[in-house]
Amino acid sequence: MQIDVNGKAFEVEVEPEMPLLWVLRDELGITGPKYGCGIAQCGACTVHVDGFVVRSCQLAVRDLGNRKVTTIEGLGSPEALHAVQAAWIEHQVAQCGYCQSGQIMQAASFLKTNPNPSDEQIDAVMSSNLCRCGTYPRIRSAVKAAAKKLQEG
Amino acid sequence: MGIVGTVTRRTFLIGTAAIAGGVAFGTYLVKRPIENPLLADLKDGEAAITPYIKIDASGITLITPRADKGQGAYSIQARLIAEELDFDPATAVITPGMPGPAYYNSAVLEEGVPFPAYDDSAIAETARQFMSVPAKLMSMQMTGGSSTVPDGHHKMRMAGAVARETLKEAAAQQVGVDRSQLTTEDGHVVLPDGKRIAYTELATTAASIEPITDVQLRPSSEWKHLGKPTQRLDMPAKCTGTEKYGIDLVVDGMVHAAVRANPGVGAGVKSFDASSAEAMRGVQKVIAIKNGVAVIADNTWRAWRAADAIDITWEQGPYPENTDAIFAEIEKVIDQDEFRDHRNRNDGDVDTALTAGDVFEATYKVPYLAHAPMEPMNALVRVTDTECEIWTGTQIPLFVRDHAAAMTGLDKDQVLVYVQPMGGSFGHKLEDTHVLQAVEIAIAMKGTPVKMVWSREEDMTHDYPRPGSIAKGRGTVSNGQVETFDLSVGQSSLMADWFGRLTGLAIPGPDATITTGSWDQPFAIPNYRVTGYRAPTMVPVSSWRSVGASGNGFFHDCLLDELIHKAGADPLAERIRLCMHEDSRKVLEKVGEISGWDGPSMGENRGRGVAFCLSFGVPTAIVTEVTNTEAGITIDKVYTVVDVGEVLDPTNLEAQVFGGVVFGMAHAMNCETTYENYAAQQNNYHAYEGMRLYQTPEFETVALTNAKKIRGIGEPSVPPAAPSLANAIFAATGKRIREMPLNKHIDFV
Repeated sequence: MQIDVNGKAFEVEVEPEMPLLWVLRDELGITGPKYGCGIAQCGACTVHVDGFVVRSCQLAVRDLGNRKVTTIEGLGSPEALHAVQAAWIEHQVAQCGYCQSGQIMQAASFLKTNPNPSDEQIDAVMSSNLCRCGTYPRIRSAVKAAAKKLQEG
Repeated sequence: MGIVGTVTRRTFLIGTAAIAGGVAFGTYLVKRPIENPLLADLKDGEAAITPYIKIDASGITLITPRADKGQGAYSIQARLIAEELDFDPATAVITPGMPGPAYYNSAVLEEGVPFPAYDDSAIAETARQFMSVPAKLMSMQMTGGSSTVPDGHHKMRMAGAVARETLKEAAAQQVGVDRSQLTTEDGHVVLPDGKRIAYTELATTAASIEPITDVQLRPSSEWKHLGKPTQRLDMPAKCTGTEKYGIDLVVDGMVHAAVRANPGVGAGVKSFDASSAEAMRGVQKVIAIKNGVAVIADNTWRAWRAADAIDITWEQGPYPENTDAIFAEIEKVIDQDEFRDHRNRNDGDVDTALTAGDVFEATYKVPYLAHAPMEPMNALVRVTDTECEIWTGTQIPLFVRDHAAAMTGLDKDQVLVYVQPMGGSFGHKLEDTHVLQAVEIAIAMKGTPVKMVWSREEDMTHDYPRPGSIAKGRGTVSNGQVETFDLSVGQSSLMADWFGRLTGLAIPGPDATITTGSWDQPFAIPNYRVTGYRAPTMVPVSSWRSVGASGNGFFHDCLLDELIHKAGADPLAERIRLCMHEDSRKVLEKVGEISGWDGPSMGENRGRGVAFCLSFGVPTAIVTEVTNTEAGITIDKVYTVVDVGEVLDPTNLEAQVFGGVVFGMAHAMNCETTYENYAAQQNNYHAYEGMRLYQTPEFETVALTNAKKIRGIGEPSVPPAAPSLANAIFAATGKRIREMPLNKHIDFV
């Protein structure tokens, strides 16, 4: 089957039930999305499918259809950062960094649909992503800063 | 240079060596100065220089031997070098390099000496210095014990200074001026006329001259990199998905491996039937390994799925079969002389004090806890007839090398360990069982690189957890003051377990970690006693962020809080009155000041708790404010004050402090590892949730610098986090909780 990841078409020959995460990581070598739990508890594998957040460990590749997948690699690069990534660097969020691809993908999608979130909304939405290092206070401030920046254009 | 025999001074071992097209600056392996049979079998190559800095025409490479598991070790090591070498470390290649004995860590074992960290008497200092000798002998290039900064802050700046002066000397000889007329900036030597010569152009000359080792380190007032807010060098990669962790690596011809090992950790396999697994798509092989079964496939998911399809009958686990039976064994040893491991604190006359009057008694309990870093255990290994290559995130690269050499029958120098950045560890990667599983599989797949990745379930059920522990506390008060404090702690020895796994040897003497965080606290209580009792080895246990203090911080401070309450004294004021160590007292006073402390009560259903623990040499005080709502407890704000002697990176220090508090409180709220039928029951994050963002308090952190010694900050904020929360809950609700996780007794929002 053919899948569209970060604007590129890939031909993959896998079991239809293989989770998107493992298609990305092991078949296509796209390793920004991380494996953390495999049961949609941690959010480390978060990607966008047609702009919506999806836990790629839970989406069988057959259910993707012709929808477009964006991973952290497609969001921005060290040379051309997305506003959320820039805020993450400015606020020095990451420690081990393993969950941060998922955190950033969660925040980027959230701010797209809700450009002016309240503190409670940030807390609620970002609580679906686990961080074991305890970077939460800076995730909070980085999301707020990114929201402000995105609104200012 | 480059000949070990030229080293004459033990205290200063930095030199230079020529490398292809350039120069390396680093330490010599300690061979001649310390004659020791353990080092006698070193090969010539190993006696050569082990570098921190390599410069050639292509640029500057910094070797940062302490591993980065998220604590920012690579960044701080690079900045320590850059502070003296005068260049932008963001332009350098930063690599942990190949493990070598010259990267020994002299600081990590310091806190094992039988003197509390606040004791800087001559005898205590002598004992600490002596601890660097066994570290060398054990080739302990270890990352842990909050030791990267204490170990490296002098020697890595020294390496930078030697490199700078030697590069200047090379330039001086090249242009015929005196070195004293030259300066350095931004990777260049600057000549008197302002002309600049890049370090990279001076490298070959520098390699041919005697290194300049008579150097002075710059005073902190002249620092450009250190002591100010900074950006971590790994931050852009970690925010763009481009950081490569061990789990992300790919090499040509690589296959994927899954393992299923006995959940009764350490026990073997009776029998297994892999016929259906072998028939599954992508499966190349199923092999029996020590204590389990491995599947080799062409994809991680296929390997895992096939592993789940193997029908395995396990041998019985090698310890009591469930948590109740395990804790019953721990309970049995407490206050029994035959199980007494050590009594490092025994002031006044506790026995007599406890015979009279109103004696307070309470029992405290902390659970076994998995490390559960976000990146599950993994290793990529290729074994051939002449080489074993290992790519993995590890805190103990030389143990990995030696163990792999023994397994493969190769020489130690035929084993190459490429240390990878880690997606967390919290102590799990002080173990190498998972790496050796991958080596075992790679031996069976000789010539083919094998990447073995544990599923989350395999990870959490085959951890070596923090030991569960029980403490019995007793005490008396009189005239509004704490008079007697007696704590008896029982648990299995994590040091005996860990040291045994790594070396095959028994640890000599007692295991101070049973009471670390209790016996060594800076309080002057008239009758003050702390005793450690050693339970038998049961579930194999290990170090978990903050080690012995992770449980003892809770025991010691909760008992102290209860006695202060019984005395009718103010929790903060009485701790300050009892504190006999000036740096610690200032930390307590400061936390009172920034939190606006005016007693534990904050009105109806609100309260604050204070806790203190001195661990890894860092006095740390926390005030936590909570509200008791209808939906449960909310943690509103946490004030933390530490004293680290000198702050090298305030931005990362703050992150480590609040990260440690989140880690401590997360597990205190709702985490435990329990056992049923020998197996850990919490096998994924749904059953081991920790803290989520909506539960995260606001933080205010202050770092004082009164202490004489510089200290690391990866762990010290963990131990006082849980007791400050428990004490705050008491203030808000009147309910004393003496057992973790606290949600067994109260709800959290």
